[in-house]
Amino acid sequence: MIRFEDVTLTYPGETAPVLANVDLAIPEGELVLVVGRTGSGKSTLLKAINGLVPHFTGGTMAGRVLVDGRDTRDFPPRELADVVGVVPQDPMSGFVTDVVEDELAYGMECLGLPPDVMRRRVEETLDLLGLTDLRHRALRTLSGGQRQRVAIGAVLTAHPKVLVLDEPTSALDPGAAEEVLAALQRLVHDLGVTVVMAEHRLERVVQYADLVVIVPGDGQPVVAGSPAEVMRSAPIAPPVVELGRLAGWHPLPLSVRDARRAAGPLRDLLVGHTPHLRAVRSSARVRAEIDDLMVRYASAVALHSVTAEVADGEIVALMGRNGAGKSTLLNAMVGLSPKVSGRVLVDGHDPRELNGPALLRSVGLVPQEPGDLLEATTVADECRAADRDATCDPGTTRALLALMAPDIEDGTHPRDLSEGQRLLLALCVILAARPPLLLLDEPTRGLDYPTKARLATVLGDLADAGHAIVLATHDVELVAAVADRVIILAEGEVVADGTTSHVVTSSPMFAPQVSKILAPEPWLTVEQVAAAVAASTGESGPPRHRAAEGEAAG
Amino acid sequence: MSGDRLPRWLHPGAWWAWALGLAAAASRTTNPLILLLIIGAAAVVVQSRRPAAPWARSFSFFVRLGIIVIVVRVLVQVLFSTSIGTTVLVTLPGLTLPDWLAGVRLGGPVTLESLLLALYDGLRLATILICIGSANALASPTRLLKSVPAALYELGVSVVVALTFTPQLVSDVERVRTTRRLRGRPTSGPRAIAGSALPVLEGALERSVSLAAAMDSRGYGRRGAVSAARRRTTAVFLLGGLVAACIGVYGLVSAGSPALLGLPMLALGVLSAVISMVAASRAAVRTRYRPDPWSLAEWVVTGAGVATAGLLAGGSWLGVPGLDAPIDPPGWPTLPLIAVLATLVAATPALTAPPLPLTARPLPPDTRSARTRLPEAVA
Repeated sequence: MIRFEDVTLTYPGETAPVLANVDLAIPEGELVLVVGRTGSGKSTLLKAINGLVPHFTGGTMAGRVLVDGRDTRDFPPRELADVVGVVPQDPMSGFVTDVVEDELAYGMECLGLPPDVMRRRVEETLDLLGLTDLRHRALRTLSGGQRQRVAIGAVLTAHPKVLVLDEPTSALDPGAAEEVLAALQRLVHDLGVTVVMAEHRLERVVQYADLVVIVPGDGQPVVAGSPAEVMRSAPIAPPVVELGRLAGWHPLPLSVRDARRAAGPLRDLLVGHTPHLRAVRSSARVRAEIDDLMVRYASAVALHSVTAEVADGEIVALMGRNGAGKSTLLNAMVGLSPKVSGRVLVDGHDPRELNGPALLRSVGLVPQEPGDLLEATTVADECRAADRDATCDPGTTRALLALMAPDIEDGTHPRDLSEGQRLLLALCVILAARPPLLLLDEPTRGLDYPTKARLATVLGDLADAGHAIVLATHDVELVAAVADRVIILAEGEVVADGTTSHVVTSSPMFAPQVSKILAPEPWLTVEQVAAAVAASTGESGPPRHRAAEGEAAG
Repeated sequence: MSGDRLPRWLHPGAWWAWALGLAAAASRTTNPLILLLIIGAAAVVVQSRRPAAPWARSFSFFVRLGIIVIVVRVLVQVLFSTSIGTTVLVTLPGLTLPDWLAGVRLGGPVTLESLLLALYDGLRLATILICIGSANALASPTRLLKSVPAALYELGVSVVVALTFTPQLVSDVERVRTTRRLRGRPTSGPRAIAGSALPVLEGALERSVSLAAAMDSRGYGRRGAVSAARRRTTAVFLLGGLVAACIGVYGLVSAGSPALLGLPMLALGVLSAVISMVAASRAAVRTRYRPDPWSLAEWVVTGAGVATAGLLAGGSWLGVPGLDAPIDPPGWPTLPLIAVLATLVAATPALTAPPLPLTARPLPPDTRSARTRLPEAVA
């Protein structure tokens, strides 16, 4: 269906090619997963399928790409619209109309399909993707998962043979992601659509893939193969695969189900061990106090009867669906939320009464779009501005940044940084004032595994240094790796609050893969298991039992 | 007819034709009774067929605008214009201006005649505005854009994109502005706006590029079988035709313009526009999803507007007494039969237009709160 023949792509103004000598054949009806680090050329590979690269973006291409027999050199994207459907990373940015039904019809209108065909296909697509109740809704009012499904439906109505998706689940909560993946599964199985998607969250998708394509970046050759064989040696892998490698399972399991079947011996081996947890001081002082908080926007109650505490040196994860009130709670802790009743105290002060450096010294928030914080035109300027804002010694921010992300250069424009680098820059800007309470809103959106691992280390170090950290996230694996405590919100209320192992293992939606595999034992990460295995095989002394306070509850 | 009674959206073009007919009728009279009757007719129709949508609130906005227009018109008359008539109500302290400003006057005597003149004139303008406002409230702007002829398709798309981008831009500005607080910077004042401009504009630019890419990959601008030259001629014909039609409408509406400007120009414009639309629709690659049909109900509603305009224009051409209220000497306005008839016709769409689909109807006040909560609960 799709064939790359010796494709080399170079963007204008660059000397090195993004992709070099790519040879790739994707048969019809496959679900193909494209993985690779940020900036490795994944998105370029996807865009080359429908000719956006190089027709739209510019650049030079050697070799050729054939889609359903059509050469993308001869067919610009609009002439391929009936064969390839492309869903952009942020579905909202690709919507042309404002109502669900019109959006589904837009592509067909452009193709000039007869009205009765359009009518039929819109109805079919509404049913196929479960959008019937939303047909008259304005696109702005939809949740993230609904938007993603509308975006898929909007390209599907043209009956393309190939569907290309760029990180379809990275902004979604676990439930919405499963909804979208189920819809994609159905397309592949029932309609024979060839699906090509890029995704950082391997743990969500790798089990569904028929073919995995690894784009290593730096012009190195692209590797393609069946998931089981590629995952055996891939530099990035989901926890289930890492656990499989650790335990030496054959064949390598890709799904939790397969892993559970193989996990019997490992479970026996782990009997008598408890997971090693980060130590949290029991005498730590309470940094933030939330008491019976209610926040309302013009028409809706965003939070009500929320009571919680955050102590120094503690990492708390806020979880819940999109729109459950996570961001609102973080905003309330920096005094950004409207119409508040109840009490929010940070260090004994109402954050709404703090301003300027005083606010920065008590609480810092890295927002969902870290770019919103950045106003300067170079990284160096941004760091100097941050020093001024926080009235700290010149060079503080730059030194922090050098520590966390040594590869960022002074003269770069913040917009040109990768998603992960921009996040770290925003984090340093906020950390310049050393706020004892640090809040992060969706920090791992669009981050690849290595960057995420680095972020986890940074957060762990900050907590060890005494910072209280609250992060709102959908990323269950990150939560398992760093969080001491989890608060789950639903419809603006706290529905669960307890230690990570306690809350997360009891929830099918928020449990990390390792916990699903080794349930009912409270193991959360591969590292914990690795340490225990190493201990029990006698390689590194007796197992360390350093359970955190409150573990008794779990 | 029975099919037309099913709940559905009326073609937005029909609402505009009806409203413009009412506006044309209002322009033919200064009789406050007739003008108030026309406003009443428009209000009755809006009340019965207004959907539950943000743009449907524009009627009350236009009513307020109309009141402002009347007040301003009266103030201008009282303060700056030379009085007519002899019935002096009050004399304001005046200012004598030099000879070369002979037409302008400040203050001075205020007569009943000039007050009535200003009031009626302002009311006429307000009525025309309210008619436009009722079209705005009844016809969905996006549905109207969907009916834009194929030759003007590109223009329509840019308007649609602007309509969806603007609210996003506004919310972006709001978000970035409040985010400044996180850096300990002021969130209001000129510096805050200047500081947040850069991230907002950069974000908007990135979004437009990705929208362009998305539209390209969804087949926007697929080439049809027509040459560029022919497409251009079609567009020129259509635009020229529309301009001619506008001039024609102006000629019809403004009483003092030469006869040549009226009907002949309108006919020429409509003809030219229709030719180009037919040519364009034959050549177009695109098709339309569920276009709003133009059937009996649309003709009836359009007819009501045209008949209202026709009755009052005919009346004024025949010199029916009472269409203009007596100003000098002042007297009570009378109500000619033809005007009563015209406003009755103007109100008929309240009955003849098909009812709105259930989902689009405004809810009675007691259930409204339940409905606003519902989407959040479901989502």
